[in-house]
Amino acid sequence: MMCRTVDLRHAVLAKNDGLAAELRADLTARGMTAVNLMSSPGSGKTALLERVLTRAGERGVAVAALTADLATENDARRLARSGAPVKQVLTGGLCHLEADQVREHLADWPPRATRALFVENVGNLVCPATYDLGESLRVVLMSVTEGEDKPVKYPTAFGLAHLVVLTKTDLAQPAGFDEEVFADHVERVNPGVEVLRSSARTGEGVDGLLDRVLAACSGVTPHRPVLARQHLERHGHTHAHEHGHEHAPEAESGPEAAPEGPDEAASDVIASPAGQPSDAVLQTVADGS
Amino acid sequence: MHELSIATAVVESADAAARRHGAASVESVRLRVGELAGVVADALRFSFGLAAEGTALAGARLEIEEVPARARCGGCPGDFAVGSPPSLECPGCGRSAAELLTGRELEIAAVTLPEPDAPAGVPPPSLS
Repeated sequence: MMCRTVDLRHAVLAKNDGLAAELRADLTARGMTAVNLMSSPGSGKTALLERVLTRAGERGVAVAALTADLATENDARRLARSGAPVKQVLTGGLCHLEADQVREHLADWPPRATRALFVENVGNLVCPATYDLGESLRVVLMSVTEGEDKPVKYPTAFGLAHLVVLTKTDLAQPAGFDEEVFADHVERVNPGVEVLRSSARTGEGVDGLLDRVLAACSGVTPHRPVLARQHLERHGHTHAHEHGHEHAPEAESGPEAAPEGPDEAASDVIASPAGQPSDAVLQTVADGS
Repeated sequence: MHELSIATAVVESADAAARRHGAASVESVRLRVGELAGVVADALRFSFGLAAEGTALAGARLEIEEVPARARCGGCPGDFAVGSPPSLECPGCGRSAAELLTGRELEIAAVTLPEPDAPAGVPPPSLS
């Protein structure tokens, strides 16, 4: 049969990335900054978030949390104890959040004064990493009981994070956690990213995390991961244009000047918050232990 | 298993492209998947079959071109393979990479459509 090949060079997640970019702009217009929290199940993300929300209340900072779970509302109940507005997203078994699910919940919520919106992703270090949710700060958390080499096992999650938070540091000694080895592994996939130590039990890092979130709210450009610095447009990924032509082994390099595809103009596939790398504010916390 | 979501997005895009070109079916879809895209090719193939059912892509072949991850060194003029397990530290000079050159691709490179042999009732290809 005669066939023809149509070059598309269309980013598979262009739709999600476009929605996420819109959401980011919409939140900015509302004076709000979203923080995407990602970790494995059991990392202590909810416990730490509860502390951070409570602390924000004490410091007079208006925050809110959207928490995703496969089935239960337990996390929302726990977080609501902080007094902050909390909403539960039930993913119905879906392993990650997508931008449209987040957007759905933000039409008339959270209250206007909210500065920081924490989005607690589904506990999973694989799937959520691929989806931009419109956040300006992406945080990956890991507990000291999970093994020092986790960052290289989940390079996309750790490699795209603006901030790495180590949780349950009160258990570091009994767990025999080697922080230097861990820091090396983090550095391998995300050179220059800050590692913040935290413990929901002792309160370590609670203010630190809130400070970093507030910095992002004030427009301070977060760390820019190397992994987020792939210039896909150079390879023609940016535009959803297409040509019908005889099959060629390699498409011509570089897109035409303007996107012309009927799909939404696909923005940068990575769609990470723009900006130049700045390590001035978010320095590495060199903890003495 | 977000590969099912990915496969669904692939099917939607390829289906839309087929319609724009007046094709009722799709022979094959070529995807470029970077080593660090966080997608498992086998899971994607499995999911693609499910997502394609009942669409113009039913029975279409999925060709996956895996793109190795390479990074440009921030210290020396070279570029290097990020490897597995990945490391963004230059094996030549030990400095960190300045940027990733390839490896996060997740894109539909092309779709192959049957040539329209102009039977009645088939709309002409439109390149809107």
